Formats: sequence, structure tokens, C-alpha cells
Amino acid sequence: MTPAGEFAIAALIVLGAFFLFVGSLGLAKLPDLMRRLHGPTKATTLGIGSLLIASMLYFLLGRGELSIHEFLISTFLFLTAPVTAHMVAKAHILRDKSSRKKLPPTGRRAGWAAVEGPPSQPSEPS
Amino acid sequence: MIALASAIALIAIAAAMLMNLYRLLVGPDVPTRVLALDTLVINAIALVVLAGILYDTAIYFEAALLFAMVGFLTTVAYCKYMLRGNVME
Repeated sequence: MTPAGEFAIAALIVLGAFFLFVGSLGLAKLPDLMRRLHGPTKATTLGIGSLLIASMLYFLLGRGELSIHEFLISTFLFLTAPVTAHMVAKAHILRDKSSRKKLPPTGRRAGWAAVEGPPSQPSEPS
Repeated sequence: MIALASAIALIAIAAAMLMNLYRLLVGPDVPTRVLALDTLVINAIALVVLAGILYDTAIYFEAALLFAMVGFLTTVAYCKYMLRGNVME
């Protein structure tokens, strides 16, 4: 393995570990669930992404073979991370009764769609 | 150089997992604990990939893929349970 490749792999590993650490620090330090969601959903996918690129480079430069497993893991994580963040945020919105009173009125007949669902009587064309 | 970087990354990921564990134990409400568990699974995936680099084997990737799938399913099932009181209706 060339020194440049080794340096690139080491830099990517340290970068990924830094992003993982920052994501967990955000989860531990921030005061509110909606703000705590920012840390893990963005920084951890970046951290996992650069760790997987480092692993791919390591097996490509060390053994001379391209491994596809990292593509699978990173694709799966990039597809599922927004879904889990959306599910957690939706559970938080629907369970939190105190923040529901602070919502401004919508100014229409129907309320907020995420909280109250669709209007009970659909508007008839007159 | 790779061994040094892996040691630094191991320390950083261990600290991150300790912070996730703190949020999992202290977290004021249930969605926060679910989010902490999801982040703990992602850190475990990073640890498994790092072990694959450190031990120079490719057999850890299946474990990482299984961790990713099971972690996603667990989070979605917990969120469904929080919302509906039931996982499959």
C-alpha cells in the first residue's frame, strides 16, 4: 500500500469517528427532542459514510479487489435514516400535548393535518 | 498510521456510545430513548466496520448489514407502538 493511500484511509477513519462523536454529543447536549434529532440523523450518516469509504479503500488498495458490501450498507443506511427520523418526529408531535396548544390557528376550516387529520366533512362543490 | 487512526476512532466511538447510553438512561420521554437506541445501533455498526478494518477480514460486513436492518426495524416498530399501542394491526 502506498503512503498516500494509507494517509487517505487514516484521515477518513478519523473524520468518520469525529462525525460520530459530534452526532452523539448533539444527542446528549441539546435540550429538546426536535433539536436532538439533528445530531444523529445528519452527522452519523456522514460518519458511517466516511468510515465505509475508508473500509472500501482499505480493501481496494490492500487486496486489489473491490468490495460491494459497503455500498449495500451505506445505501441501506442512507435510505432508512430519514425514515426513522420522520417516525420519531411524528411520534413526538402526536404524543406531546403541551406543544399542541402553542400552535397558531391555520385560518382555514381544517386544522393542522399532522395533528387532527383530514377534515371530517369534505368540501362539496356548490 | 492506520492503527493509530483506528485507536483514535475506537476511543471516539466509545465516548459516543457512553453519551448515547446516558441519553438512553436519563432521557425525559420515550421518543428520546428510542432515538438514543437508534444512535447506539449506528455507533455499533461503525464499531463493527472498524473491527473489519482492524482485523483485516471481510466477514464482518454481513454483521454490519444485519445490525443496520434490525436497528431500522426496531426503531420503526417502537414508533408504531408509541403511536398506535400496537405494532401490527
